[in-house]
Amino acid sequence: MPLPVRDFYRSMADRIGRTLADRDLGNKILIQVGSATCEHAAGSQSVTEEFVRHIRASGRKDIVIHRTGCTGRCSREPIVGIQVAGQIPVKYERVNRDLVHRIFTEHIQGGAPVMKHVLDHTTEVLPEREFLFCEGSRCQRPGPNLRDRFIALLETRGIEPHRVHVAAASCFGVCSLSGDAPATYVLARPEKVIYRVNGEEDLLAILADHVVGGQVVERLRVQEEPIALEFLERYGDVAFFNRQSRIALRNAGVVDPESLDEYVGLDGFKALATTLERHEPEWVISELTKARLRGRGGGGFLTGTKWTLARKQVDATRFIICNGDEGDPGAFMDRSMLESDPFNIVEGMIIGGFAIGAQKGFFYIRAEYPLAIRRIQHAIDTCRANGLLGQDIMGSGFDFDLEIRLGAGAFVCGEETALIRSIEGERGQPKVRPPYPTDRGLWGHPTVINNVETFANISAILRYGGDWYARIGTEKSGGTKVFALAGKVRHTGLVEVPLGTTLSRVVNDIGGGVSGGKQLKAIQTGGPAGGFIPASMQDMEVDFEPLQKAGSIMGSGGMIVLSEDDCMVDIAKFYMAFSQEESCGKCTPCREGTTRILEILERITQGKGELADLDKLDRLSRLCQRTSLCGLGRAAPNPVLSSLKHFREEFLAHIQDKHCPAKKCVALIRYEINPEKCIGCTICDRNCPVECITGARKEAHVIDQAACIKCGNCFDVCKFAAIDRV
Amino acid sequence: MSACCHCTHDNWPELERGYRAMLPEPILAFIDENRQRERNESMLIATLHMVQAHFGHLGPGHLEAVAQLMQIPLAKVTGVATFYHYFRLQPRGKYLINVCLGTACYVKGAEKIAQKLTDELGIRFGETSKDGVFSLESTRCVGTCGLAPVVMIGDEVHGPLTPSQVPALLESYLARAAEDLVGESAANR
Ligand SMILES: Cc1cc2nc3c(=O)[nH]c(=O)nc-3n(C[C@H](O)[C@H](O)[C@H](O)COP(=O)(O)O)c2cc1C
Ligand code: SF4
Ligand code: SF4
Ligand code: SF4
Ligand code: FES
Ligand code: FES
Repeated sequence: MPLPVRDFYRSMADRIGRTLADRDLGNKILIQVGSATCEHAAGSQSVTEEFVRHIRASGRKDIVIHRTGCTGRCSREPIVGIQVAGQIPVKYERVNRDLVHRIFTEHIQGGAPVMKHVLDHTTEVLPEREFLFCEGSRCQRPGPNLRDRFIALLETRGIEPHRVHVAAASCFGVCSLSGDAPATYVLARPEKVIYRVNGEEDLLAILADHVVGGQVVERLRVQEEPIALEFLERYGDVAFFNRQSRIALRNAGVVDPESLDEYVGLDGFKALATTLERHEPEWVISELTKARLRGRGGGGFLTGTKWTLARKQVDATRFIICNGDEGDPGAFMDRSMLESDPFNIVEGMIIGGFAIGAQKGFFYIRAEYPLAIRRIQHAIDTCRANGLLGQDIMGSGFDFDLEIRLGAGAFVCGEETALIRSIEGERGQPKVRPPYPTDRGLWGHPTVINNVETFANISAILRYGGDWYARIGTEKSGGTKVFALAGKVRHTGLVEVPLGTTLSRVVNDIGGGVSGGKQLKAIQTGGPAGGFIPASMQDMEVDFEPLQKAGSIMGSGGMIVLSEDDCMVDIAKFYMAFSQEESCGKCTPCREGTTRILEILERITQGKGELADLDKLDRLSRLCQRTSLCGLGRAAPNPVLSSLKHFREEFLAHIQDKHCPAKKCVALIRYEINPEKCIGCTICDRNCPVECITGARKEAHVIDQAACIKCGNCFDVCKFAAIDRV
Repeated sequence: MSACCHCTHDNWPELERGYRAMLPEPILAFIDENRQRERNESMLIATLHMVQAHFGHLGPGHLEAVAQLMQIPLAKVTGVATFYHYFRLQPRGKYLINVCLGTACYVKGAEKIAQKLTDELGIRFGETSKDGVFSLESTRCVGTCGLAPVVMIGDEVHGPLTPSQVPALLESYLARAAEDLVGESAANR
């Protein structure tokens, strides 16, 4: 029997394998620089230029720059990785031109890493080897702590900890792969080997053969490659990364987003090949159903079910759409995935197209993401040129093509019926559902809309199986979720964890807790449609239902950390202002409701609120929730209701005591100069925009309260802490 | 549309020439190509993006030209252009400053950056500086929340920013604008 798809895939993989072998990156010194919007903002382009100059000046042919997307470690960008064969990869943080020079001369040419600037600065010396012990909670480990045992063994052998470094990591994803007897998994770097360790005997073998003898202990080696192996190999030593479980983001910071070759080298399009070779849409859908994959755009609808609904339609003209509108102001995981691993999203779309029987798919991407648009366009063009899109894909007889449509800055267009109208070239106003898009969507035909991250998981599920994916998540929701961690947190960035992980683990263990040593007040999830989880509930497991029960929603994955310095009334007002501005105005409850609610919140932050306002807020909110046409209006009151529920006392302080506990609401605070502390340096005076500070040099200054506009400049510039905010 | 009301003379070719003269060649090619395809109106937003990218804004003439050449009613084109926040109907300065007022930036003090910008530029949101170099606008999240607070100038994102860094940042763009001017006048000579 002829197997055209298998032949197509094999010949493509062989051809690409040869190209990759010719590049021989394994034997070169790789300088890995991130290239995504955030890295560019942090200055990665000038870093690249500087490296190029240095390489050229050195005349060396064995040093190459490797472009990747973004690892999602925003607060430390630009990050530069240096990979030398046989050595543990080194990552530098906050690299600038000066540091480039040092890295190049001291590390690349001189062999001595600039340890002070290594990402997270975990050690003083670069170890020769590293053993990372999985301490994830999913696979129950037997007996005593093997990591401590290994450290002790190394010590008795006189092997110094800086030569062989031992550390803890979270799950490598092996346990969910094999499902066999519990064991401890150990990742050995730079050999990129994972061992299954069952007791002291195995540790001794590793010590004798691997550490001393330099030979991999094949007997203990895990056969299945976990999905994020390449990622762990590069970033496994960094706690921020090794505490994550990367599936959707597995290639981010690993693959060159503009290289089909590299993507295929990482088993890209294997899932598509399998799909087209089997040629059974039902198989795809059944794997997704087994996986319990729920839509990552916020609603959490089962993807398998959605695809079945479209597939069942009589109308054979069908469409599939990737929702890349990412409207939540404070979320950026979709942008990062589109920019860092575009082929993976494209692969997910093609598989989706095949499964529902669509001929055409659209990416709807917001215009604010120009780089994401360019990268996806590049991926589409490349796929078309390589027989992966267009007529007779991979020789399977399946015809399918993709196009991009741009958003234009309307939050409501993330809503599926509005999005459809926007693609049709109309104003993006929602329509009443039903009919649902799976019945009648784009141009009246059955249409499936999924979020970027939903598509990012498809190829992984088909390669490793729905059961594997389901094992990673919770009872109700399989797999992982990517969160965009921002706000008052030490490590901002992208965090992918299994569903069911606690909020505290995300914010404290991975995010490093609140920045500046402040107290955690609340965690906001779900953006303008979500709510606040108070610090007291931080041990809650992250999943669709628990979040909803607590008055918030999962949303698309924005997670904003709020500290004692944030005023909950003010933040609720912020979200309401957003929804009010973004309301499309089609229906009255949303248009008028959001305006009224905003007015009341405005009054309260002005110190003009009354007790009766709280009831009014509650009533209006519920009305808006119940009677609005689309999800925007229905969810807009959520931040207000959830702040009222968890932080009522802050509202009361504003209303009854005319006091803002976080000292944030301008109308309720005052700046005063403490004459005891003021030394009369005049700096505040010179920085006051309305010139309302007076005082002679070297004498205590005074603020004219009537003229002060409470900009806080004086407070920020006084070096003697002589100004109080009261 | 193709004939004026009182005479039978078909002046469309002439009108069309006029409309075509208002748009640059790549956009005309784009429109022509799409006219060949079904569901041409689905390309309206993309076309408006191109026009705005070229002219910096969508003027009444541009909208009419797009409507006529794409054969879409002007009311619809205008409706779309006004519905989406990304489209600007007024001309703007050489550099568009977009202060991010998304959540992450807001909680990290974006308002102070915004205040500093209005102070330094002497203009309010939605306005353009007298020298025509800067226009000031706000946006909701440019997707680099991890670097909050951020400001986008042209295509470039800057962050995290403090109010005290704002003057130097503006200076660097002023210097660029001045360089461009020198370059242009040299080219003109
Ligand atoms: C006002 C509003 C905005 C939305 N914005 C987005 C968005 O930016 N991205 C997204 O994927 N889904 C968004 N959604 C949800 C979509 O309507 C839709 O449910 C989702 O794209 C389905 O994909 P999923 O099943 O993969 O989650 C929004 C919904 C509403 C009501
Ligand atoms: S709920 Fe709001 S956004 Fe949705 S249709 Fe009504 S007015 Fe428009
Ligand atoms: S808060 Fe601002 S206006 Fe008031 S005194 Fe200080 S600098 Fe002047
Ligand atoms: S800056 Fe501080 S110390 Fe200096 S004059 Fe003002 S209040 Fe006094
Ligand atoms: S570093 Fe790329 S999303 Fe922040
Ligand atoms: S909130 Fe400012 S970049 Fe996202």
